[in-house]
Amino acid sequence: MSETTTITPALTAKDFSTDQEVRWCPGCGDYSILAQVQKIMPTLGIPRENIVIISGIGCSSRFPYYMNTYGMHSIHGRATAIASGLKATRPELSVWVVTGDGDSLSIGGNHTIHLLRRNFDINILLFNNQIYGLTKGQYSPTSEEGKVTKSTPYGSIDHPFNPLALARGADAGFVARSMDRDPKHLQQMLLRSHAHKGASFLEIYQNCNIFNDGAFEIFTEKGTKPLETLFLEQGKPLVFGAQREKGIRLDGFHPVVVELGNGFSESDCWIHDEKDFYKAQLLVRMFDDPRMEGHLPRPFGVFYENERPCYEDMLNLQIQEAILSKGKGDLDKLLRGNETWTIA
Amino acid sequence: MKRKEEVLQDVVIKFAGDSGDGMQLTGSQFTNNTALLGIDLATFPDFPAEIRAPQGTLPGVSGYQLRFSSDLVFTPGDECDVLVAMNAAALKTNLKNLKKGGTIIANTEGFDQKNLRLANYADGVNPLEDHSLDNYTVHKMDVTKMTREALKDITLGTKEKDRAKNMFVLGFLYWMYNRNMETTIQFLKSKFGKKPEILESNIKALQAGYYFGDTTETFTTTYRVEKAKMPPGVYRSIMGNQALAMGLIAASQKSGLPLFLGSYPITPASDILHELSQYKTFGVRTFQAEDEIAAITSAIGAAYGGSLGVTTTSGPGMALKAEAMGLAVMIEIPLLICDIQRGGPSTGLPTKTEQSDLLQAYYGRNGECPMPVIAASTPSDCFDAVYEAVRIAVQHMTPVVFLSDGYIANGAEPWKFPKTEDLPPITVKFKTDLAEGEEKFLPYLRDEKLVRPWAIPGTPGLEHRIGGLEKQNITGNVSYDPENHQLMVKIREEKVARIADHIPLQQLDSGAEKGDLLILGWGSTYGAIKSAAAELQHEGYKVSHAHLRYLRPFPANLGEIIRNFKHVVIPEINNGQLIKIIRDQFLVDAKGYNKIMGVPITKSELVLKLRELLGGHN
Ligand code: SF4
Repeated sequence: MSETTTITPALTAKDFSTDQEVRWCPGCGDYSILAQVQKIMPTLGIPRENIVIISGIGCSSRFPYYMNTYGMHSIHGRATAIASGLKATRPELSVWVVTGDGDSLSIGGNHTIHLLRRNFDINILLFNNQIYGLTKGQYSPTSEEGKVTKSTPYGSIDHPFNPLALARGADAGFVARSMDRDPKHLQQMLLRSHAHKGASFLEIYQNCNIFNDGAFEIFTEKGTKPLETLFLEQGKPLVFGAQREKGIRLDGFHPVVVELGNGFSESDCWIHDEKDFYKAQLLVRMFDDPRMEGHLPRPFGVFYENERPCYEDMLNLQIQEAILSKGKGDLDKLLRGNETWTIA
Repeated sequence: MKRKEEVLQDVVIKFAGDSGDGMQLTGSQFTNNTALLGIDLATFPDFPAEIRAPQGTLPGVSGYQLRFSSDLVFTPGDECDVLVAMNAAALKTNLKNLKKGGTIIANTEGFDQKNLRLANYADGVNPLEDHSLDNYTVHKMDVTKMTREALKDITLGTKEKDRAKNMFVLGFLYWMYNRNMETTIQFLKSKFGKKPEILESNIKALQAGYYFGDTTETFTTTYRVEKAKMPPGVYRSIMGNQALAMGLIAASQKSGLPLFLGSYPITPASDILHELSQYKTFGVRTFQAEDEIAAITSAIGAAYGGSLGVTTTSGPGMALKAEAMGLAVMIEIPLLICDIQRGGPSTGLPTKTEQSDLLQAYYGRNGECPMPVIAASTPSDCFDAVYEAVRIAVQHMTPVVFLSDGYIANGAEPWKFPKTEDLPPITVKFKTDLAEGEEKFLPYLRDEKLVRPWAIPGTPGLEHRIGGLEKQNITGNVSYDPENHQLMVKIREEKVARIADHIPLQQLDSGAEKGDLLILGWGSTYGAIKSAAAELQHEGYKVSHAHLRYLRPFPANLGEIIRNFKHVVIPEINNGQLIKIIRDQFLVDAKGYNKIMGVPITKSELVLKLRELLGGHN
């Protein structure tokens, strides 16, 4: 984002919290995400009044009530469309959409892909907990196959969405993943989302400790995290493991895990380049089910970042150009039209 | 050759042909030409749902009815004097509406074996040959052949040449009604300026039709209709959707709120999107959304940011917008939902007119969800009515439903257009800061109209959150408190009810204040009711006509008006919708007259019905 605004006296995270009691379940991953957003907001140099947070329906969508900015807790799935209309008419505002996996990928899937395709300069924070929390525990479009929930007593037969691949399919210009349990990384990713001019899609793995506890444990807990996650860094090789002992090498179009020092060095590994369109397509597809034998680690970080013109800028440019070439509209001329007659 | 010239008072022509025959263009050209002469007119375009229904078939017939008169006219006419039938199907579908003794202009090429078969005429039967039309004056002409002949020096293919045959017919009618071809020549030049051959073929065909009339001895008479005695002023011709678009731009200019239209293409509302997308110089932002829901929610986003948020649609789209309309009621922001009604339910009759959605506009949402409803009654009335709808939306911080229908949307009439300076002001005040003594912004603190402040993002010190959950009175915080919910439901209802104090009282369109019968109408039945009332009044019946623009809330004096009459009849192009609301609110034994055929009510059928009701006693 690139707002041109005057800087107000230094704000703190506290300035961004409200007097509303936070109503998420104790231990919910949403608390950490809220804390990180409140932490980064004062560093953006944007006055509070120019920040708008729009959400849909779901646990995560309570978010705007806890942020002392402008905000709207709207209806299920439509935050992205509401934000689009706001951004189209008020491009100078910093607009954030807070949404969940049900909100943005199920009932609001259509608006999500169209926002990304049009490339409004809006930051989408997708809190993915792989479950419907607010309605008390049905499987979601990101739940894994076989998942037993209230609505799938025999196990889910739905194939889950791969949110980042979907976003890239809609030509999202910024695609990233982070997690509630890694505050530092999450803060970085929030800042990167904000810095990107154009639609940003940040998927945040969020633990719902009531209905889907531990869904991302394998990625977030000390014991498994090093071997199960792969943190992407621009220009750096894809290396993971507690001792950075493993790497990803591209074998043709196939990413394969190699043991480093065993004939392979870091320089043999895939070097991450966020600007590489084709590699990004492979990277978002590194989405193996961790229950699978020989699965690849799950990447976190910025998968892809490239700018293209934003919808609101082009819309407003068309208006400016029309006025420049034809002059400001004259209402009397419009009402009169081309052909009139007079009755005396 | 010298011809007899006859002066006529009132003429109804129906142009009918295959949907590819260009009948809409022919009709609208004749309409424009008529309007510019100061003759009053009303039109009724009537087209098939399919863009190109199978050629030559009955469902493929596209029609354009035009009535013009030296008197003031309010309907496109119940029956036609002249039927232009480009093919057998066009004759078959429209003959029943041709006056006995009326004139048929038939394109003989459209009555060949194939066309007759497609129009379901029995083998060997040709209505042009079998004397079945002896009660009419039939002019047979081979339009196709004569058009080809006129264009023989042009290098276009036959298919392209044949496309100009509607111009031949138009030229002939221009001759028949003593017109000048200039308006159409100018139109063709601006339309085909970049395609010289097409331009030439159209102009040549037009002229050929005109000279055909002039040189053929068969036609002994030409006709003239004098100027109508319309109120003095400068006029133009206008169609409903066009007037609606202009009303929105005017309201945007006068209120200073930039116009944002979120819309998804749907018949018969799409023309508003097309129209508004042209007016970038007025700062109009149009957004063709991915669906009806995004269309309205994007408009909500724009309105939240301080724009004039509008969405346009028709019945099925309106159904999809219902939940978002509820959100707009809950967050109490101005928004305009324009429903250009069509035959329902479901996909229904997309190209046919119906007053289908009044109950949907009134009640079609979850929860207690009141919203003002405004309806336009004629094409040009769309301008004033939508302007008024915007005024109510922004001054009362509420979504408003504006109802038009297919008949009004595509119909044309002369319009004494207003001057910008004469338009009533629309004042809008955003809340810009905390008032003295105000410690914290209270987004749901109301004024005497029960209207809450409009504080838009970007305003320092007024940061606040709104949403679809029930609001605590005054603070706007989320509240599940039972008493508060009841209070808020009542407040939202009362807020809409109080708008009645800020709209004009209901006037009678015609007739005395007291009498035997009140004809109460809304929307596009205006012309038919007005004409029927005039006829009955002329016959001595004590009949009055009131036509509603404000459907929710009703004008404060409506109950009083209703009680002044022994009977109330409510004619509607639906199965009885306004009647339910009137009975509910006024406990009056109103009777309905309901036509649900996808076409307007005619004056004659209404007169018949009302006479019967009045028991023939005048
Ligand atoms: S149900 Fe789950 S997601 Fe919702 S607040 Fe509770 S822990 Fe968080």
